[in-house]
Amino acid sequence: MAANPVRKTALWLLIGGVGMFGFAMFIMPPLYDVFCEITGLGGKTEGRYAEQNAAQQKEIDLERTVKVQFVSTNNGAMPWEFEPLTYEVKVHPGQPQKIAYYARNTTRRDMVAQAIPSVTPISAAKFLRKTECFCFNEQPLKAGEAAELPLVFFIDADLPKTVNTITLSYTLFDITEQKVAQKRPQKTATLATLN
Amino acid sequence: MAHGPAKGIGRWLFATNHKDIGTMYLWFSFAMFLLGGFFAMVIRAELFEPGMQIVKPEFFNQMTTMHGLVMVFGAIMPAFVGLANWLIPMQIGAPDMALPRMNNLSFWILPFGFALLASTLFMEGGAPNFGWTFYAPLSTTYAPPTVNFFIFGIHIIGASSIMGSINIIATTTNLRAPGMTLMKMPLFAWTWLITAFLLIAVMPVLAGAVTMMLMDINFGTSFFNAAGGGDPVLFQHVFWFFGHPEVYIIIIPAFGVISAIIPTFSRKPLFGYSSMVYATSAIAILSFVVWAHHMFTVGMPLAGELYFMYATLLIAVPTGVKVFNWITTMFRGAITYETPMLFAIAFIILFTLGGFTGLMLAIAPADIQYHDSYFVVAHFHYVMVAGAVFSMTAGVYYWLPKWCGRMYNETLGKVQFWISFIGFNVTFFPQHFLGLAGMPRRYADYSLQFADWNMVSSIGAFIYGASQLLFLYNVISTIRSGEKTDDPKVWEGAEGLEWTLPTPAPFHTFSTPPEIK
Repeated sequence: MAANPVRKTALWLLIGGVGMFGFAMFIMPPLYDVFCEITGLGGKTEGRYAEQNAAQQKEIDLERTVKVQFVSTNNGAMPWEFEPLTYEVKVHPGQPQKIAYYARNTTRRDMVAQAIPSVTPISAAKFLRKTECFCFNEQPLKAGEAAELPLVFFIDADLPKTVNTITLSYTLFDITEQKVAQKRPQKTATLATLN
Repeated sequence: MAHGPAKGIGRWLFATNHKDIGTMYLWFSFAMFLLGGFFAMVIRAELFEPGMQIVKPEFFNQMTTMHGLVMVFGAIMPAFVGLANWLIPMQIGAPDMALPRMNNLSFWILPFGFALLASTLFMEGGAPNFGWTFYAPLSTTYAPPTVNFFIFGIHIIGASSIMGSINIIATTTNLRAPGMTLMKMPLFAWTWLITAFLLIAVMPVLAGAVTMMLMDINFGTSFFNAAGGGDPVLFQHVFWFFGHPEVYIIIIPAFGVISAIIPTFSRKPLFGYSSMVYATSAIAILSFVVWAHHMFTVGMPLAGELYFMYATLLIAVPTGVKVFNWITTMFRGAITYETPMLFAIAFIILFTLGGFTGLMLAIAPADIQYHDSYFVVAHFHYVMVAGAVFSMTAGVYYWLPKWCGRMYNETLGKVQFWISFIGFNVTFFPQHFLGLAGMPRRYADYSLQFADWNMVSSIGAFIYGASQLLFLYNVISTIRSGEKTDDPKVWEGAEGLEWTLPTPAPFHTFSTPPEIK
């Protein structure tokens, strides 16, 4: 086959084309995620689905106070009630802080939700470390059920000096249909149910 | 030894001759050009006056989407592939394309791809309505059910482009006549060689993007779905990694056509041949590292905005080299203004204008103002229509006598040029004003203060649309009853191997390679 130069050229070009398809499908998405996690671009917090090791926690910097604000958004037509129980806390870097969000399934059917975090300013994204977060798991709520969703975090002492206020936003997505479509066993979160 | 073409429909269905396949590509792309143009007429008719008159907003969205897709993938790209098929073997002294059977396949899957795409217009849910850039989640979560037809259509069209490109590279690298070194190759062949590499690099990325969409929609993956850990912004990065080289794929062959026409009618050799080759290569390489200038408002950090801004501005340098070379070629030339030359000069002026608005858009803080406004629409129509389409028209007028052995009607050609030129500018120049005044693109309606310029723009669009029917008439009447010519050179100042062949070009050419001095 390689004896024919035209076929050889065509074969190499075909390999190149298939390679670029593989690059787009299998390299670009993970590369993008890694890039965003390393740089904190797009407000992606480190360890979105797994807790941070508490050992990363350094000494508490009592000299400095950082304001952390909490925001909630419902994606699209997501009908749940979803809001932070605390809108703002002041913390010292290194000091663990616990707050909670409140969620209620206002519909008459059982649903599953997933909360996706995002941090502003994006330069602070890597320094907001969560040791416990409802966003690590999917949140199933039965019809009419409500829950308090806990969040424990600390601010890394290496937070740039220019940042004094951090906004942590959660967007709640309805993933009930995807769950039904996938028919895979659901991971349940430990919830402090209210009723 | 030589035999003529087969008889009947079989000549076209089983065509392996580069000239027949080139002809089919050109006619197919012109049909698509009329279809896409019809969609554009619907858009401009609806925007003639404020308020809703002719179509529903949902259908308007389908029209803008289909107009973009059909024009980019159906009209401009296959048109240049058609020119490449006709001309590259004749310009480099090859008997045919390197892979003639694959050539047949790459043409004949195209109509099926576009049949899939166009059939969605008649389906429940309607055609794709998410814009030609099909951003997720508009094209995934909120897409009409016909989106799957769109995805498979894009797959087929992409496969066709990739096969066409493999063929062009295999031809230009292996079948050049003895003595024709790469740096003696005509610029049209050069620009297509570079374009073909771009296509092989990025069409698979487009295929990857639509495949990820397909999986998100049907198989529960979450590439672009934030709820499952994906990111819709990833779609924009993947899309524009394809999309920015794509705009050069559209314009670089046009550079080749202009570089052939300007020297002919200036009766001077092209100024700065080797700098043209290097400038084109530089544009192609830079096109891979500037994609996010389409996404200045997506929320990039300052460093990213600055990098993509400076890298984009850098492209003006090699592009400027090309424009100055064309102008210098004309300088002190014995210029005559036949129709191809008129279109070529209009190309240089209007493409440069579109390049300047591109520079304005490349400046990140300014772009945040202009983003998604009619200013952007005006910009890319100046480079796509006055760039790619004008150069195509110039190329058809220029080589048509060679192809069919008949002269087109020069008066009619010039009339068509002036109607096109005026119609085009009346359509798109006011859109700069509309964009700067704040009119957003992609809407079926607009505020009252935009009414006057929109009416002007629509009138221009109807004039420009009509001029294309005149073009069609001129081409058909040339083929059927144009004045016969058998002068191999056709044009006094034409240089190159294709002009050493008899006119009209016989079915088989260069069965024995020519000698290159």
